[in-house]
Parts: sequence; structure tokens; C-alpha cells
Amino acid sequence: MGDFLLTMPWAVVLILLPLVGAIVCFLWPKNVNQLGLVTLAGVFLSVVGLGAWLLENGVYHHAVGGWNAPLGIHLYADGLSLVMLGITALVGLFVSVYATAYFDRVQSEQFWPLWLFLLTALNALFLSADMFNLYVTLELLGLSAVALVALAGGKAALNGAMRYLLASLLGSLLFLFGVALLYHTYGSLDLAILSEQIEASPTVWMALGLISAGLLLKTALFPLHFWLPPAHASAFSPISALLSALVVKASFYLLLRLWLELFWPISGSVAGLLGILGVMAILWGSLQALRQTRVKMLVAYSTVAQIGYLFLAFPLAMGAGVTAWNAVMYLAISHALAKAAMFMAAGNLLRFGGHDRIADLDQLAQRLPLTVAAFALAGVSLIGLPPSGGFIGKWLLLEAALMQGRWDLAVVIVLGGVLAAMYLFKVLGYAFTEASTPSKVTAVPVRMEWAALLLASGAILLGFLAPLILPLLAIGTPFDAFSSAQEVMS
Amino acid sequence: MSIAVLYALVGIGLFCLGVYALMIHAHLLRKILALNIMGSGVFMVLLALAGRTEIMPDPVPAAMVITGIVVAVSATAFALALMLKISAVTGRAELNDEEEK
Repeated sequence: MGDFLLTMPWAVVLILLPLVGAIVCFLWPKNVNQLGLVTLAGVFLSVVGLGAWLLENGVYHHAVGGWNAPLGIHLYADGLSLVMLGITALVGLFVSVYATAYFDRVQSEQFWPLWLFLLTALNALFLSADMFNLYVTLELLGLSAVALVALAGGKAALNGAMRYLLASLLGSLLFLFGVALLYHTYGSLDLAILSEQIEASPTVWMALGLISAGLLLKTALFPLHFWLPPAHASAFSPISALLSALVVKASFYLLLRLWLELFWPISGSVAGLLGILGVMAILWGSLQALRQTRVKMLVAYSTVAQIGYLFLAFPLAMGAGVTAWNAVMYLAISHALAKAAMFMAAGNLLRFGGHDRIADLDQLAQRLPLTVAAFALAGVSLIGLPPSGGFIGKWLLLEAALMQGRWDLAVVIVLGGVLAAMYLFKVLGYAFTEASTPSKVTAVPVRMEWAALLLASGAILLGFLAPLILPLLAIGTPFDAFSSAQEVMS
Repeated sequence: MSIAVLYALVGIGLFCLGVYALMIHAHLLRKILALNIMGSGVFMVLLALAGRTEIMPDPVPAAMVITGIVVAVSATAFALALMLKISAVTGRAELNDEEEK
């Protein structure tokens, strides 16, 4: 068994399994729920297998088809990829269980192939070490995500999907242009080769600008967030959960990876700019969330604000190195769990009352206690109260800010938490009171309530797992290039 | 001016033209066309890269262009289908910003 765990090419399995699953679901739509769940379970086990391999051997390399770089394409996995793959598989599993109860027959036949294609693209993105391959995975990710948004079919969803598609394609083309410029300068697409050779020059600056702009557009950092709230709020709830928890994180992961591998020697002033945009995103997203009258819109704007937190690490990492990156990864995975749970809870509210108007949430705390508990627990992590995963992330981030005397950023970190508390308590407050217009109610399947609650508890549980997850992140020292560069500079 | 430089300049020009058209036109078909023109601009730049050596053309950018065309075709097909769906539902092939209350 031990041998089997260590000889299986898990990275290849992680890409092929959901791809085959998607095609099978498309061809035999009869047992689509079972097929999908089996695929998800397989993907989850493969991540565990890859984790065991990484713990044993360090970094994972695989030259696809036996062709080595510079001609061939490399798959690569270290702690950073492993954590992203793990959170994807975990959130994906819960959302899938939720989806089996949420969708009717026809909808689930449409949902499963697209979701498994999305999972293929996510896994491939986390494992690729080749710039052009990354472009292809980005496009796959964008197309399947947009198709999932469009499934809801109404006017709002179609408009949201179209806006998302245009933004996503523009982002991909900017990325591709940047890739072309890098290839022009260095004659290679392999990340490892590029990171050895890269140095500041006008062309590299241009490439950095184009690639970052494309990825920021896809990550929806303020002021490029315009497409996110309509798309995420109008999609079906399990799909909103996937988009907010995973898809946005994928382009952020890519930005982080490229930043660490390629752009750190030349990134000083730009990192400051990203930090400023992050601050604006926190403030603007939170204020917009406060203004919303519908639960899903509010949760979507909260995503805009939480994305801002991820970008605070860029200016802080110049001085705090690994602490800032650990903080940002912790925030990213806690947000993935909490936000998926929150969108699932919002889906339950929608199913129960037939609407998600905040002012008309009629005594849901008594009538739908599990869902409201899920919403509240997810909220605890988003606000950053102890002992949640969000708390650990924000704590590490604060530590990094205070270490360098960045009081301005520290104030924003705390203020963002206060604002999050304000908009989330707005929803919870209405959930406890009686509404003026009682609405007809439909029962919510038990599976949907428990899936949301368990995922939200996961976000809390993350607060206790830091000693387990931080060493995983450190496999292959993805953040090391950065700290050694600091030593040289200081 | 060599052919490669000419290709690259034309490519950059097409890309900028596409960005401009994407921003100012409201009709979705024009936006989709603009994205296609931007894509062609990038492909032109890649082709210029393939031809910049005197001796033998570099095969890697050509492979990238072929893959890129496949991606662009599928993205365009999908965007057009979505556009038809929108015009069937709203009667206009444009994005409208009014929120449903």
C-alpha cells in the first residue's frame, strides 16, 4: 500500500480523473449524481495521495509524455499547490453533496459535466509550471465558469455571465500578450527556467504589467471588480459558492506564484500599488455590502472586500517575507470555506422563503436554525474573530504589518473586520425578527443544511489547524526565493 | 524594417484597436469581434517571434498560435451562443445595467 501511494503519478490522476468524469457525466447523464460524487471522492483521495508523496519526497516534478523542458511541459507541485488542491477538493466535495439536493434532474445533467470541467481546469492550473499551459487552463477555467453562471438562465444571470465572459476573455488575452513578451525575451515558457534568467528590462516590465493586469481583472481586485457581484449573485447558489470560493482564488494563486517565481526582483513599487488597491477593495467592498438589500448581493460584495485582504500581503512581504505569505494563504483558504458555506446558506434561505430580501427574512433563526448557524459561523471567520481560520490569517497579517510599523495597513485590517461584522449582523438581525410580509415557505433538504453547516464549521476548525497546515505550505519552500532575495537586498 | 518587426507592430496595433472597440461599442457582436481582433493581434506578435531568426522559424510560437486559435474559436462560439440567448430573453443584444428589484 505504501509503495502504491508513492508510485502513483497523483498529479496526472488529479487532472485526468475529473476530465474523464466530466465526459462520462456528459455521455451517460442517467446516474450523473453518483458518477459525479464518485469522481469528487477520487479527486479528494488523489490529493491525499499527492500530499503523502510530497511529505515523503519534497517537490513533485513530472515531465508530460517524457518530454523535458524547454520543449516539453512540466507539472510541478509544492506546498502552495498542495494546499490549493486540497481546499479545492474539500470545498468541491461539500458543494457537490449540496448540489445533489439542490438541482432537479435536468439541471444536474447540465451542472455536473461543467463543474467537473471546471475542476479539471482548477487542478491543472495549480499543477502547471509552463506559462502557455497556464494560459490554456485559465481559458478553460473562464469558459466553464461562465457557462455555469449562465445555467440559471434568467435575464440577470445571462447578463452577469456575458459581462463575466467579456472580462475573462480580456484578462486572458492580456495574460497571453505578456506570455508572448516573456517568450520573446527569454525563449522559454518554463517557470523554473524563466525564474533563473529573469532580470529587469523594459520588455519584462511590460510583460509584468500585462500579466498582472489580466490576472487582477480575473481576480476582481478593485477597481476591476465590476463583473463579480452580478455574476456571483445571479448564478445558482452552489455555483456562486464554487466561483467565490475557488475560481477567484485560482487566478490569485497564479498571480502569487508568478510574483514569487518571476517578478520579485523588480516588483518593489508595484507591490505598494497592489497594497493600495487592496485597501480600497476592503473599504469599497464592505461599504457596498452594507448598502445591499439582498443576501446574495451582500455576500458577493463581501467577496470583493475579502479579496482586498489577499493583496495587503504584497507590500508587507517586502519586509515580513514568509509571515505575510502564510497570512495570505491562510486567509485565502479560510475565505474559501467560509464563503462557500455562506453562499450555500444563502441558497437555503432562497429555497425556504423563495426570496433573499434581507428585510423579509422572517424569523429564520427559529425556523431554519442550522442554516442560520452556518451563516453565523462563516461570518465569524470572515470577520476574523477567534478561534476561526480567518482570525489566524488576520493575526498573521497584523503581525507582519506591525513588525514594519505599517500602522495604516493595521488600521485597515481591523476596520475591515468591523465593517464585515456590521454587514453580517444586518442579515442575522433580520433573521431573528418577524417580517412585515410573511411569505410562503418550502422545506429545505436536510443535506443542504448540513453541507453548509459542516463547511462553516471547517472554517472555524481551521483556526486550530495552523500547526498542521503551515508546515504543509512550507513543502518545497515556495516562499523561499523571496526571503533569500531580502537578505541580499538588506 | 524587417518583416518580423512589421508583423509585431501590426499585431500591437490590432490589439490596441481591439481594446478600444471593446470599450466603446455597446452591441455584443461588436464586443465579441473586438476580442477576436485583439486575439489576432497577439497571434501576429507570436508569428513575428517565430520569424525573427534568420535561419529557421521557431516552432514553439507557431504551436502556441494554433492552440490559441482553437481556444479563440471555442470562446467565440460560446460567446455568440450566449449573445443569442440574451437577445432572445431581452430583445436586444446588449448588456443592460438596470438591476432587477
